[in-house]
Amino acid sequence: MTDFSIHITGFVALYIFMLAGFAGWVIIGNVPAILHTPLMSGSNFVHGIVVVGGIFALLNASTVQEQAIGFFAVLLGAGNAAGGFAVTDRMLAMFQTSGHQTGHAKLRHPKKASHHATKV
Amino acid sequence: MLNMIERFSIGATDLAGIAQLTIGATYLVTAFLFMFGLKRMSSPVTAPSGILVAGVGMLVAVLVSFLYVFDVSAAAKPHLMVNLGLAVLALILGGGVAWWGGKKVAMTAMPQMVAIYNGMGGGAAGAIAAVELFGNKADGVTQLVVTLTGALIGAVSLSGSLIAWAKLDGVIHKPLRVRGQQLLNGAILLATLALGAYIVFAAQSGTDPLITMPRLIYLFFGFALLYGVLMTLPIGGADMPVVISIYNAFTGLAVGLEGFVLQNPALMIAGMVVGAAGTLLTLLMARAMNRSVGNVLFTNFGGASKRKPSHIKGSLKPTEAADAGIFMRYAKNVIIIPGYGLAAAQGQQKLYEFVKLLQASGVSVKFAIHPVAGRMPGQMDVLLAEAGVPYDLIFQLDDINEEFKTTDVALVIGANDVVNPEARTDKSSPIFGMPILNADQAKKVYVVKRGQGKGYAGIVNPLFYADNCNMVYGDAAAVLAKMIEAVRGLSSQAA
Repeated sequence: MTDFSIHITGFVALYIFMLAGFAGWVIIGNVPAILHTPLMSGSNFVHGIVVVGGIFALLNASTVQEQAIGFFAVLLGAGNAAGGFAVTDRMLAMFQTSGHQTGHAKLRHPKKASHHATKV
Repeated sequence: MLNMIERFSIGATDLAGIAQLTIGATYLVTAFLFMFGLKRMSSPVTAPSGILVAGVGMLVAVLVSFLYVFDVSAAAKPHLMVNLGLAVLALILGGGVAWWGGKKVAMTAMPQMVAIYNGMGGGAAGAIAAVELFGNKADGVTQLVVTLTGALIGAVSLSGSLIAWAKLDGVIHKPLRVRGQQLLNGAILLATLALGAYIVFAAQSGTDPLITMPRLIYLFFGFALLYGVLMTLPIGGADMPVVISIYNAFTGLAVGLEGFVLQNPALMIAGMVVGAAGTLLTLLMARAMNRSVGNVLFTNFGGASKRKPSHIKGSLKPTEAADAGIFMRYAKNVIIIPGYGLAAAQGQQKLYEFVKLLQASGVSVKFAIHPVAGRMPGQMDVLLAEAGVPYDLIFQLDDINEEFKTTDVALVIGANDVVNPEARTDKSSPIFGMPILNADQAKKVYVVKRGQGKGYAGIVNPLFYADNCNMVYGDAAAVLAKMIEAVRGLSSQAA
């Protein structure tokens, strides 16, 4: 049976960190100021992935103390992910152009929005 | 860590292998979806789908992470059912409450909400580190150092974000400053680092530490949390956006580091992407305020300057809301500069109603947004969007600043420091050098303000005393209602 477990040691970890850091810098560098708040909460949502690490730690807990702290980790991580998504999604649904007026943006119309955006 | 798997039968080994394969593949997909989603967030058109893409990545990663049950360490095997139940319970509880809060929160309260969610992420990273430390699971000096570093950053982000929340939410009103604070903070940070170094030394050399290892770890976390509190307390409310952005980057970094400890590439990539993105965002914000990040963190700004300006000529000239409204109705073009005072009065809806009236009368209306308008970069854009203002009417500082010269009316609502011409001319002003909106260059300026108070920076604004400027005192929503009434009255007379 092949071993599919992941081993990331020393330099490989540094390569990953360097490339991921550069990717983050470049991706965010292109975002217009108008989107800075959703972006901040969007990137806040992305680090909610920490919940997955919490699940791993909790499932591997073998003492009551580890279970308690692991529970805490999953609780907080889940809050980060769910809350981050909820607020980012709400904010982004509000952006619309003049050609697409429905007053309060409660519904999302991605196709229409992209159609109108071509003239902006 | 994974080589500790108990491989007592072929079947279990197979299952563990399949679980590992599925998890590894899913994390690859998740990392891609996160970056693709963030990339799509770089334009208002694709942004809503961007967050959905990232959301799918998150959902898949969380579901698949339950496959770890086939691959847990031998020591944890007997507790597996309890742990699984706890994990599901924590997911539902934490996720449910935060989801509910996120759906309910008012757009004006968004900055403190993001601060809370961010603190939660930092706390989760710190808790993961604590499990690793208490369980003595870190393997070797590198792992131990990385775990402790992530723990420190995560804990600072947790307690710091909570203080930021308390300040933005009005629980803490004033910056708390004591003499020698920076020295005290420095000493506490040093103590935390020393404790961390001692933990590494004691764990590696096998010598008995002076106090038991769990107590050392508690002490380490205690000091780290305390540092986060003390570091944030002296920072003024106006600087909180920058602080939240810094903690956002901190949490990302902590998550990335703990990802290395757990050998989890999804955490490593997502954490580091956010770490870098948050750092860039922090720099952009600090630049918009013409201050360095170090200056924000370590100098006490805001509320300090109370000097009496002697060089300001002219007087404050109050005028009626109705007169101002009618004047704008007959203007060719109007640029509106909204500030946090507009949001505080919940006047965005009324403002857009007024704008639509002006547009119907043939007035060209644009919105000019300063990078630090609101309490978070871009918050004003969100608040206007919430009121239904299309984003093609909204312009950022660099794109519109030249247009003030040829504009009939600049309407400043609940903004102050961002239109203070002193920033251009007066070297002694605390905001000197900060890019401002050149409202003073418009032919006519109306400033809607609650009273004669000062802005966040606590300085007098000479624009208000200028010849071409009139003040309209009152709550922004009430003033706008009067303007709407006046303009409507005109059209009904004409008809």
